[in-house]
Amino acid sequence: MKPAPFDYYDPDSVEEVLDLLQQYGDDAKILAGGQSLGPLLNMRLSTPQIIVDLNRVADLEYYKSDGTGLRVGAMTRQSTLEDDTNLRTTQPILAASIPYIGHRSIRNRGTVGGSVAHADPAAEWPAIMLALDGTILIRNTTGTRTVDASDFYISALTTDLKPDEILVEIQLPNWVKTSGWSFIEFSRRHGDFAILGVATYLTIENRRCTKSRIAIIGGGPIPIRTSKAESMLIGETISDELLKDVSEQASKELDTDSDMHASADYRRYLASVLVSSALQEAAARAGESGGQ
Amino acid sequence: MKTEHSKGIGESIKRLEDKRFLQGQGHYIDDLQLPDMLHAAVLRSPYAHATITNIDVNFALEQPGVVTILTFADLHSVKPIPIRLNPYGSLEPFLQYPLANNRVRYVGDPVALIIAHSRYQAEDVLENIVVQYDPLPVNIDAEDKVSCPLHHDAKDNVASNFVQQKGDVVAAFRKAEHITKLRFTSGRHSGVPLETRGLIANYDATQEKLKVWGPTKVTHFNRGVLAHMLDMEEHTIGMIEPDVGGGFGVRGEFYPEDYLIPYAALMLKRPVKWIEDRLENLMACNHSREQIYEMEMALKKDGTILGIKVLLSNDQGGYIRTHGIIVPELSAAIFPGPYHIPNYRCEVRSVLTNKTPAGTYRAPGRYECNTSRERLLDLAASELMIDPVKIRSMNLIQPEDMPYEVGTESLGEDIVYDSGDYPFALQEVVRLSKYEENRHINHNNLSNKKVGYGIACFVEKTGLGPFEGARIEIDQTGAITVSTGAANVGQGLETTLAQIASSVLTVSPDSIQVLHGDTDLIPYGVGSFASRATVMAGSAVYYAAQKIRKKLLKIAAHTLNCQVEQLIISDGDICVTDHQDKRLTLAQVAQQSSPRNCPPDIEPGLDFTHYFRCNQMTFAHGATIVKVEIDITTCAIVPKHVWIVYDIGKAINPQMVKGQIEGGAVQGLGGALLEEFKYDPSGQLTSGSFVDYLLPTATETPFLESKRLDRSPSTLNPIQVKGAGECGIAGMGGALANAVADALGDSGSNVNVLPITPEKVWQWLTPMQDKTN
Amino acid sequence: MVQDTTNNSRLIKLTVNGVLYERKVEPRVTLVDFIRGELGITGTHVGCEHGVCGACTVIFDGQPIRSCIMLAVQADSHSVQTVESMSSGEQLHPIQQAFWENFGLQCGFCTPGFLLTVQDLLSRNPDPTDTEIREELSGNICRCTGYQSIIAAVKQAAIYMRQE
Ligand SMILES: Cc1cc2nc3c(=O)[nH]c(=O)nc-3n(C[C@H](O)[C@H](O)[C@H](O)COP(=O)(O)OP(=O)(O)OC[C@H]3O[C@@H](n4cnc5c(N)ncnc54)[C@H](O)[C@@H]3O)c2cc1C
Ligand code: FES
Ligand code: FES
Repeated sequence: MKPAPFDYYDPDSVEEVLDLLQQYGDDAKILAGGQSLGPLLNMRLSTPQIIVDLNRVADLEYYKSDGTGLRVGAMTRQSTLEDDTNLRTTQPILAASIPYIGHRSIRNRGTVGGSVAHADPAAEWPAIMLALDGTILIRNTTGTRTVDASDFYISALTTDLKPDEILVEIQLPNWVKTSGWSFIEFSRRHGDFAILGVATYLTIENRRCTKSRIAIIGGGPIPIRTSKAESMLIGETISDELLKDVSEQASKELDTDSDMHASADYRRYLASVLVSSALQEAAARAGESGGQ
Repeated sequence: MKTEHSKGIGESIKRLEDKRFLQGQGHYIDDLQLPDMLHAAVLRSPYAHATITNIDVNFALEQPGVVTILTFADLHSVKPIPIRLNPYGSLEPFLQYPLANNRVRYVGDPVALIIAHSRYQAEDVLENIVVQYDPLPVNIDAEDKVSCPLHHDAKDNVASNFVQQKGDVVAAFRKAEHITKLRFTSGRHSGVPLETRGLIANYDATQEKLKVWGPTKVTHFNRGVLAHMLDMEEHTIGMIEPDVGGGFGVRGEFYPEDYLIPYAALMLKRPVKWIEDRLENLMACNHSREQIYEMEMALKKDGTILGIKVLLSNDQGGYIRTHGIIVPELSAAIFPGPYHIPNYRCEVRSVLTNKTPAGTYRAPGRYECNTSRERLLDLAASELMIDPVKIRSMNLIQPEDMPYEVGTESLGEDIVYDSGDYPFALQEVVRLSKYEENRHINHNNLSNKKVGYGIACFVEKTGLGPFEGARIEIDQTGAITVSTGAANVGQGLETTLAQIASSVLTVSPDSIQVLHGDTDLIPYGVGSFASRATVMAGSAVYYAAQKIRKKLLKIAAHTLNCQVEQLIISDGDICVTDHQDKRLTLAQVAQQSSPRNCPPDIEPGLDFTHYFRCNQMTFAHGATIVKVEIDITTCAIVPKHVWIVYDIGKAINPQMVKGQIEGGAVQGLGGALLEEFKYDPSGQLTSGSFVDYLLPTATETPFLESKRLDRSPSTLNPIQVKGAGECGIAGMGGALANAVADALGDSGSNVNVLPITPEKVWQWLTPMQDKTN
Repeated sequence: MVQDTTNNSRLIKLTVNGVLYERKVEPRVTLVDFIRGELGITGTHVGCEHGVCGACTVIFDGQPIRSCIMLAVQADSHSVQTVESMSSGEQLHPIQQAFWENFGLQCGFCTPGFLLTVQDLLSRNPDPTDTEIREELSGNICRCTGYQSIIAAVKQAAIYMRQE
């Protein structure tokens, strides 16, 4: 289990990175935290000719909150965000989900950009991006563009990123104080990729739901939102019956096949029970923060 | 007045080997580098069953760094790997050659060996070897006996079919007032030590000796096998055991690589290293445990067992390996367990399938049969509405029945339980866990969490013969060295043996150096398996130490001009009981015993070897209770607490024994809830990495409480011990399965398989129609 | 040693356990293979080579990471500490002492990874609860001990460390 040979570049600016990608295109692979790419290289499931390492690009390692929201540079380590206790109030759903990513030593290397770009349907970050209407800032040699998270994930492990582009930043809108949230995950061992997980986000005004997000981890080949189920909540007062219908609808929206970890039926079942608990919890939280 | 006080048997001294491990100074096989060393990689079959029509290595040979590539055709007068335990001739057609000859039988079957200047380069070449495979039909079902025989000469895939029986089962079933039936499946999993296998071989021209580093468990035996396969004399091969990162039965058997690496080193006259990687390990190292039990039990209405019938299908994988058919044989022999089963019949079919070959893993054959039997008992109890404790107590073998002949046999020995108070162990574990008080408290509450308790009783065969040896030497500086043929697979053998020697010699254990696993240390050895090392090697050390002690005192008495009876050994010196100033250091006595100084009527030298021989196994026993909690929304299974009561006669180092119990228990938990080698219909291993093969971690492990009973010291050895290695794991499968069944209430009777996953719980709880809508 | 067949080796400088090393290395060589094979510092172990078992844990610029899924070239001008850095001579580090006294190891293969993980845990959380200990250790696999003695050792180590 040793990586196949490759040429290695570790430029220290984004410009140089983009020039290399421009030059090598499909032959090149970006290396961020290496926590997903590393095992793939060792197993020779990924055999790029060129590795372009982002770890010396200091400009990509930052995070800041401004008027519009939270902006996180692609090379920010997951543990950096984990250790910022402010995030527990400013971005509670994010703060709650990060400790579920692998283990501390993985989060010390693993990056936000890498998680979002790798697009593992069982990973936490893509679901958080969907649940929170995150946007993704992308650069290539000609400039930058932003993509909504909901348009970013295309098919299994494939995103809207082109071979000559990199993800430079992710943006999450400011947290609306009156909103409720929940993050629930089910895996067989602590720290494993989830068999199924749910991130929910609700705003409730005058007892009625005005915005709802239900993002599913492990619900198909790509991270998904169950939009029909979401829309069933809009304008409604949260009740047990409604939650039952919504969660059943959500489970139908899964695009899942059976694999060695779980059958499609069991995943659907899990989705229905987890969505129901997650919405209940989110509604309760929305209540607590004064929205109900 | 000085007295002897020994820090020996029974004290939990800190382990002697730990300091080097804690400081990163262990010497595991991959830590060793020899000058000029080459590296090997194995090309393995991607097909579960196929004919090899052509292998082209020409392009591969031209690649940078490649030294040579070996295929079956290149191996000179190659022989199949022989069986170590109970070689029945009828199994010969199913043995594995070191490289596949024309046909591959599981994904991972070795096809070629690449030797290159680095492991990186050797792996580069794997894809450059062009092998043409012609796929054959695949059999992954041990109950499918006939489809596409794996081996040319065989008419079907049944490698072995035999019966163990006692009494008259037919009559017992005729008298039955109740019959309980259960089909129970034990999943495929294995030992999976954290250190993968590895070997270094080198031909030492000056000594004219082939040296092999990396063997363990049964080094002497494996030297014999290698000598046989290479047509060499045994004494021209030296095997050296390094530090070993866990054995658990799978490690140290003679595998294809154990031939290939020495073969390459001999051929190239250069050191060759091979380190198995984890992906190889999960498909190349022995699997274990996959068995199906079709059971029927005849009972009286009051719960008395009249007889049991079992049809046992053992999934052997693609070949018969070194264990022959010992695993299902042990299953059949130990199935009756601690219970009095007057009439018993077990038919075993060991069937070849296109999967990794199976062998032993900690409590081989017993983890499976104990689990199946204990489930059967609980099922019968619930059908007859008898308490699980009661059905067990009323059928347990009583202490006054000891020694008890089970009526079965294994490894050519009749199974005779030597001693033990089985009912007491059950009572103790029931008391310790407050089973009676707790079992009903949490039941029928309204929360999402359902609590269940499960019990399993077990006996464990330990101390397998026929012999083990120990040699003790004291050199001119007074340094004491113990050498043995038993192996240290991580269980702390150095400490155990030093404690036994120190208790006889009344010296401090850390003044004793223990050497092991090197075929040059001692001419004969058997090894470490079947919980035998402490029992067999420990007893040998005990006797050898007594011999040397006698000699020490004799020489000291001569030197000090006193009687032997007046002498004691204290603080490492030999002194006269009531004349403390009259004393000799061990070094002084050692010098007095040299041929130069030794009195003429005494044979010089302080060097004794003793071979402890015993052909009877000694049986440990115990009982396990597990408490689980099931979340009926997600169907997650959370083990909350484990209680294990066990009797191993006597413990040399109680804390080390406790560690064996706990480690075994968590492995048992892994097999019951997490670990499984899964195959798809084409025979591909789908759980071939640590992402998919789930080992228990600290978060899946509940609190473990264990209690040792020293009520039945073994009468078969001088230190009165029984092996401790397998008591922790033996009851875990049964106790966990029963606990889950208990938690599931009415749906509990569905529990019929290991591992029990949340998805299976969901299936058991959900009637078919609910699942589909 | 890993020979370069691709002729793209790089000269790297890194500090391991306080010692500066300068070596040529092929980019594809993992950090753990470099430390063990090239530098001959073998206390760090390899249990899976795919980031799951934690046996290869080393401290990289002050933080624990898995050296099997990092490249040696990435350590250029950085600093690495392995288990060998924990104690000097006969004197064990309090965490090592606690593992020894509590029988927190059997075969010892997982031990270096656990020790460094615990060192990091106790530096962030000097008095962890049982649950915290279990969660923090869940990225390290031990096949021998069943974890009970390791958890006991961590609690003991926390006391030793607080007394220091
Ligand atoms: C044992 C283990 C358990 C894990 N458990 C979890 C878990 O439970 N949940 C979870 O979410 N993750 C888990 N991970 C993965 C971990 O979170 C990874 O860090 C993450 O998925 C990828 O981030 P990375 O920075 O390591 O990216 P890398 O591995 O370096 O890269 C991943 C992919 O993204 C591309 N990429 C990276 N950065 C960019 C960029 N800026 N622009 C464009 N493309 C880019 C790379 O080319 C590559 O294809 C686990 C990993 C391990 C080893
Ligand atoms: S060897 Fe690196 S995590 Fe297992
Ligand atoms: S002590 Fe052997 S793996 Fe932990």
